[in-house]
Amino acid sequence: MTPDSDRTDRLALTWRDPPGLRGFLTTVDHKRIAARYIVTAVLMMFLAGMLALDMRWQLSVAENTRMGPQLYDESFSLHGSTMLFLVSVPVMEAMALWLVPLMLGTRNMAFPRLGAFSFWLYLGGVLTLWIAHAVDITPDLGWFEYPPLSGPAYSPGHRADVWAQMITFTEVAALAASVNVAATILKMRPPGMTLARMPVFLWAMLVASIMTILSMPAIMLVTSMLIADRLVSTHFFAPATGGDALLFQHLFWFFGHPEVYIIFVPATGFVSAIVETFSRRRLFGHSVIVLSILSIGALAFGLWVHHMFAVGLPRLGNDFYTAASMAIAVPAGLQIFCWIATMGSGRLWLATPMLWIVGFVATFVIGGLSGVMSASAALDLQLTDTYFIVAHLHYVLIGGAIFPLFGAFCYWYPKATGRLMSERWGRVAFAMIVGGFNLGFFPMHLLGLMGMPRRVYTYPAGMGWDGLNQVATAGSAIAVAGGLVFVGNALVSYWRGAPSGPDPWGGSTLEWASRSPSAPWNFAYTPVVRSLTPMWSDRPKAVMDGIALDRREVLVTSVMDATPLYRQKSAGPSFWPLVAALAVTAMFIGSIFTPWAVAIGAVPIGAALTGWFWPQRERAKSGPLRLRR
Amino acid sequence: MTRTVPLYIALLCMSLLPGCVGVQSTLAPRGDQASALHGLFLLMMAICGVVYGVVLIGLVRALWRGRNGDDTRSAGAGEVAAGERSRERGVLVAAGAIVLGLAVLIVGSFIADRALFATRGRDAMEVRVTGHQWWWRIAYRDAASGRWIETANELHLPRGRTTRVTLGSADVIHSFWVPNVAGKLDMIPGRRNVLDLTPRANGWFRGQCTEFCGLQHAHMAFDVKVEDPAAFDAWLVAQARPAMVAAGAGGTVAQGQAVFAGPCAACHAIRGTAAAGRAGPDLTHLASRRSIAAGTLPMSRGGLQGWIQKPQALKPGTGMPDIPLTPRDADAVSQYLASLR
Repeated sequence: MTPDSDRTDRLALTWRDPPGLRGFLTTVDHKRIAARYIVTAVLMMFLAGMLALDMRWQLSVAENTRMGPQLYDESFSLHGSTMLFLVSVPVMEAMALWLVPLMLGTRNMAFPRLGAFSFWLYLGGVLTLWIAHAVDITPDLGWFEYPPLSGPAYSPGHRADVWAQMITFTEVAALAASVNVAATILKMRPPGMTLARMPVFLWAMLVASIMTILSMPAIMLVTSMLIADRLVSTHFFAPATGGDALLFQHLFWFFGHPEVYIIFVPATGFVSAIVETFSRRRLFGHSVIVLSILSIGALAFGLWVHHMFAVGLPRLGNDFYTAASMAIAVPAGLQIFCWIATMGSGRLWLATPMLWIVGFVATFVIGGLSGVMSASAALDLQLTDTYFIVAHLHYVLIGGAIFPLFGAFCYWYPKATGRLMSERWGRVAFAMIVGGFNLGFFPMHLLGLMGMPRRVYTYPAGMGWDGLNQVATAGSAIAVAGGLVFVGNALVSYWRGAPSGPDPWGGSTLEWASRSPSAPWNFAYTPVVRSLTPMWSDRPKAVMDGIALDRREVLVTSVMDATPLYRQKSAGPSFWPLVAALAVTAMFIGSIFTPWAVAIGAVPIGAALTGWFWPQRERAKSGPLRLRR
Repeated sequence: MTRTVPLYIALLCMSLLPGCVGVQSTLAPRGDQASALHGLFLLMMAICGVVYGVVLIGLVRALWRGRNGDDTRSAGAGEVAAGERSRERGVLVAAGAIVLGLAVLIVGSFIADRALFATRGRDAMEVRVTGHQWWWRIAYRDAASGRWIETANELHLPRGRTTRVTLGSADVIHSFWVPNVAGKLDMIPGRRNVLDLTPRANGWFRGQCTEFCGLQHAHMAFDVKVEDPAAFDAWLVAQARPAMVAAGAGGTVAQGQAVFAGPCAACHAIRGTAAAGRAGPDLTHLASRRSIAAGTLPMSRGGLQGWIQKPQALKPGTGMPDIPLTPRDADAVSQYLASLR
């Protein structure tokens, strides 16, 4: 139902941010926070992409001396660490921060200040890594820094510490974001949106968040152990004194493998949303897709050893991990077939978001199949740590997650900005990126099979690797140029794009019921949901009233059935998340140099958290909850 | 993208042709272990190729049909149900096919895995390979005397016999890989890994470190020579001997030996002389090897001299320091080393 202007005026007054810089620093608006997250991640993607291009240039000729080994090692370390920890994981969380409240028809996240804290801490991690790079303490041992190479004996200086602490930053930020997303999805669904009526996107974000919560402690533990080895001379990973170098690998991959699915599972959410809208029919096999996501989430924790087939673990165990790794192909395949069946049985509209999904299917399946190959404990002995794996991981991460992300970006761009992106330039960027990517990365499969190891800064002439490397370099250059077209299109459309209206695609889920761009309060009334596709089948829409207009309030509902339980006060703008993030940043950075930073740094953190949680009690004065039609 | 696929398939087929052999390639298996893995690879390619084809056909069909389909957004449940049954059946059949394909691959993988260890328990020649930043210490066990014969950066293997390589590391994690003969296995400090190699064709192959091990990871390779068992035995006998400087060697060689005894002998051993350093590779029969500095340069007198004079320029970060030798001394040392056959 259409709200009158009195109502929206009161909401605007309640939910506005303070003006100017103060508002910028204190905002807890999930859309503003998510937009910052996304812009930062895109910037990081650009920088890391430039590094990739630089490395490709180096490898396009045998015996190239353009880059020395140190510069090359720094480049791939920075590229991998940035892409994994500062781009892929955060950007998926950012999409959740931005979309989850809109798709739930609620006014903010469950913990608004935690969202702000999460971003500031992520920014701290970004600055730690890249300022360290600017002053030449760049990590140079890859995105997983195995000891003893990363231990005190072989990596003096602070390069490895910077890497380990950058991880701590992003992991704390990721945990904060994930707790927030999971709580929001479980407790703030609109009345009627039972678990059975929850869109796949929300399922995907819920599963990814729970996976993050379960897997991140392993990596925080292992990087802390590494820092302890380096800073206070513990011997967790020093074999000569009773430590074990492999312990690091187990703990790292116990996080590292689920991480791949933490990146991929949200992408399945994007794909499901886009396929449904652009096929003009309800998603085929909704429950199959949801169950697939759940089983991927569970299986993901049982196959970390497939990153370690060459370390010489017991054979029988390896067979188990082979079977578990290959089993992932069953739910992943089911999802693909359900999406294809949806496309084939609806009325397909091949706008750019949908084109990205087509590119995703054609590309990601190659990555999935090369994954099946390297899942074999035996065959992996020929494949691991070669360019075959470089090809595989880029097919999975770019084809499987970044292509859907680009599709999602095009799909929700009008909702975020109120304007449409150019379809023509969107197609150009699509063709360049998908074509360039496949041209650039497919030859790497062959290079790996022909014996080229990964992480080499040069290779001898006469190995027969030159030609394929040149093709790979050309392809990557085309893809990067396509990326620039994509970003250029987004920038130009921000000011020049055609106005989109609230629902340009005829979307199926609730976010399309809000304004474009959405108002700070998102929805004037809380919608009531009766089906999986409320925008298609619930007209006229029922709404619920009774949430306060003159103070920030959200509705809390039950976990299973989403029956309204109570009104919850929602936190307003505050400096405390920023102050707390600064205090944590100081402690993390200090602990690169001295263990005392942990003890001394805890004091300002405690002070900031005390300020953050200082009670400000105030009772609701609005009337009872009631249903309006 | 679909246009480039046939090109790649053609390329792949070309590289699979027997004539087109790489010396460091999984596609040209020349050993039992590599052959077992190559067979598994071909099985994988066949099944995965079919799966990819099926998905692409499904996608293209869906795009084709979807363009002419009906908008069911506001349709009732009954209307949508039409056709859903057959789609459900289709997805179920596809899922069943995936499970079946995976079962074949899992069993295939299991069988190939066991083939890698088929020689375990049988008599095999013992070799120890130890990874160092950035070179390989290699020691053969002389079956007759039980003595260990040390060399570096070049592995000789008798054709048709199984060699059992015990892998270790002196510093960080490395990985031992001779793709034409067998899959790779890591060399981990504090642990011992065992890899069997059964080569089936004579020739030179190349191995390389495949676990990132620091600055010169790219220049940590080694040569592998597979030869007839008789030739191998002769080679091993020659390697077991101490260094022999030709009796009538000129003064330059003798001068080279004298210079070597200074800075070089601190790290390098030359059996039969006073040089007994253990930090660097054993150089007793250096000139019999095919390359210098773990595959960095081809073996030649000039190459040796260049390496002695400017190791840090040729392999930045290598453990070998730039030692200030006069050009005359460097020449003499290189003459001496070149005589160590």
